[in-house]
Amino acid sequence: MIVADLIVKCLKKENVELVYGYPGGHILPVYESIRKQDMKHVLVRNEQSAVHNANGYARASKKVGVCLATSGPGATNMITGISTAYMDSVPLVIITGQVPLNQIGDDVFQEADIIGSTEPFTKYNYLVKNKDEVAGIIKKAFKIARTGRPGPVLIDIPKDIQLQKIRSYEYPDDIFIKGYNPVFEGHIGQIKRAANNIKKAKKPVICCGGGVLSSDAKEEVAELVRKTDIPVLVTFMGLCAFDQTNPNYIGMVGMHGENYSNKIIKESDLVIVIGSRVADRSKIDVTARSKKIIQIDIDSAEIGKNLSVDIPIVGDAKNILKDIIERIDKAPEISEWKEYICNLKGRYQEKIEETPLVNPKEAMKFASDNMSDNAILITDVGQNQFWAARNFKFYKDRMIFGSGGLGTMGYSLPASIGAKMGKPDSEVIAVMGDGGIQMLLAELGVVKEQNLDIKIIVFNNARLGMVKELQENSYGRPSVFGTIFTDSPDFEAIAKAFGLRGRTVKNNQEFEEAFKEAMDSKEAFLIEALVDSDFKTL
Amino acid sequence: MKHILLVLVENQSGVLSKVSGLFTRRGYNIDSLSVGETEDPGVSRMTITARGDDSTIEQIVKQLNKLVDVIRVLEIKKSESVCRELLLIRVKADMGKRPSIMEIVSIFRGSIIDVYDDSLMIELTGDEAKIESFTELMRPYGIMEYNRTGLTALKRGKFCEK
Repeated sequence: MIVADLIVKCLKKENVELVYGYPGGHILPVYESIRKQDMKHVLVRNEQSAVHNANGYARASKKVGVCLATSGPGATNMITGISTAYMDSVPLVIITGQVPLNQIGDDVFQEADIIGSTEPFTKYNYLVKNKDEVAGIIKKAFKIARTGRPGPVLIDIPKDIQLQKIRSYEYPDDIFIKGYNPVFEGHIGQIKRAANNIKKAKKPVICCGGGVLSSDAKEEVAELVRKTDIPVLVTFMGLCAFDQTNPNYIGMVGMHGENYSNKIIKESDLVIVIGSRVADRSKIDVTARSKKIIQIDIDSAEIGKNLSVDIPIVGDAKNILKDIIERIDKAPEISEWKEYICNLKGRYQEKIEETPLVNPKEAMKFASDNMSDNAILITDVGQNQFWAARNFKFYKDRMIFGSGGLGTMGYSLPASIGAKMGKPDSEVIAVMGDGGIQMLLAELGVVKEQNLDIKIIVFNNARLGMVKELQENSYGRPSVFGTIFTDSPDFEAIAKAFGLRGRTVKNNQEFEEAFKEAMDSKEAFLIEALVDSDFKTL
Repeated sequence: MKHILLVLVENQSGVLSKVSGLFTRRGYNIDSLSVGETEDPGVSRMTITARGDDSTIEQIVKQLNKLVDVIRVLEIKKSESVCRELLLIRVKADMGKRPSIMEIVSIFRGSIIDVYDDSLMIELTGDEAKIESFTELMRPYGIMEYNRTGLTALKRGKFCEK
């Protein structure tokens, strides 16, 4: 047996069923072992997509996503994907080939320092220097990726080590890592303080971030709400953390959230932040006097980083919420606050905008009404992201994936491939703009090859709509520059060229027909929806 | 404000760049950094002096703790610890100037460790203030070479956990 065989054996021990990747000279021994050991491999069109595939797969299946690439350009193409996963705390193990150990540093063909370059946005990374440490490193990599605050871990393996013979190996059930001890249980004193403050609050809100999903604490949040009747806000990353059909659901906070959501969080006297770093896009206005903030996060470095906190609780949200719920014997008296919120929300009645082409908000509402309870929405970045996120309803097992932190255009298409493969019984809808789809367009080939039933919605306004909007707001309308595609391709024809079904629609009635056709088709279907270039994000 | 951090790390390659990289990418400033093996060859000890207000230092400590290779981070107060730096300095010293230089060295309890035609090499340990004031006194003679190790520190027994 050689080390490459051992790598694949270890992956199997971690219950890895498939890997996404792109081969090259310095990862070939691993590829040969994947072939011999009959592991499923998905060949992407660009290494960045392999990482987004694994990202979508990990989020849908709640397992660790695995992807691999060769040394040099293969590895460097992955960087955007790795950084995307890091910002959104997605558990991945990334394996890259490296030039032989004795050539490292010589600038030989296809050599790049991927350890140095990914160090800032991997949870940890390993350069393998000795064949005997391989099994231990893989064990550690999976442990680090999936426990605590999840994140990507990269393993860089020189080709000569992949080829070295190995007699026996031991794959431990667990492994001790001296400097790695995530805290799972919350501090009991802080939990008591939190419970007391919740009981006393007059205007409390809960704000759910992506951490609620990582810690699988949806049920605990729902239970806390049942017990206390506290209204719930979410961040973009936490959109599917709470049942949006529940009367306690208010909306999404932040730059692209509803005005009333931000007003409510501003006026509250107690915010319970669960699994959110409340960075610039989901900022909480703390100007209100006597506002108390409880922040629950498994990463102690997130506490107080962007927000000063009164009651910090480090640990796993699921455990902490259980402990808090246990200590709440009476619900806070908040009927006035709830009435106020109800009135406020009722006043913001959205009106349907007139537009000569497709109204993307109405299109997304239609999609939402016509998909199953376990549908997964994958958004790209830009206007499409908020047309989709704000108009698609999340309840039961519905999920949304997007590149919330890094804001990576092109994410949606490859991530939807991973999502469909990670949870094949879910209906998957990938939404993107004409800019985003063109970034990793060739992944349509993977959709075809893997025969995946993904509904792809391209909102085409022949420009980078959100950047254009930003230009108009910052520099005035005549300054729109560098954001317009003067010759847009025919996306329906592109879909067909890849062997997929597609339709172009020019108004909402056509969209609805096409969407029904797409849902009935039980196979991949691309809808190019033409959108007026002045249609606004919000 | 200056803060002194003691960081115990796994003694393996790449750790130094992981720690120093963290300071760069999060925009923290390092004044000095010294590293050495501890009594346990698997563990190295870094002494880092960094500048920042209390909230910056709190973030630095939390971010350091997040690094997998970091075993323990301890912020120490000057009043509770002994801080030392080693200076090696070579100054111009012709026959006429030697006695006055030697006098300063003896006041500072340093030692002369190399003598050549026109220069003296001096070794001095002490805290930063001592090293700096000695440096100022040497400047008029002409500093030819200058090398400081950066601060290294231990907590005094009284303030250590049992």
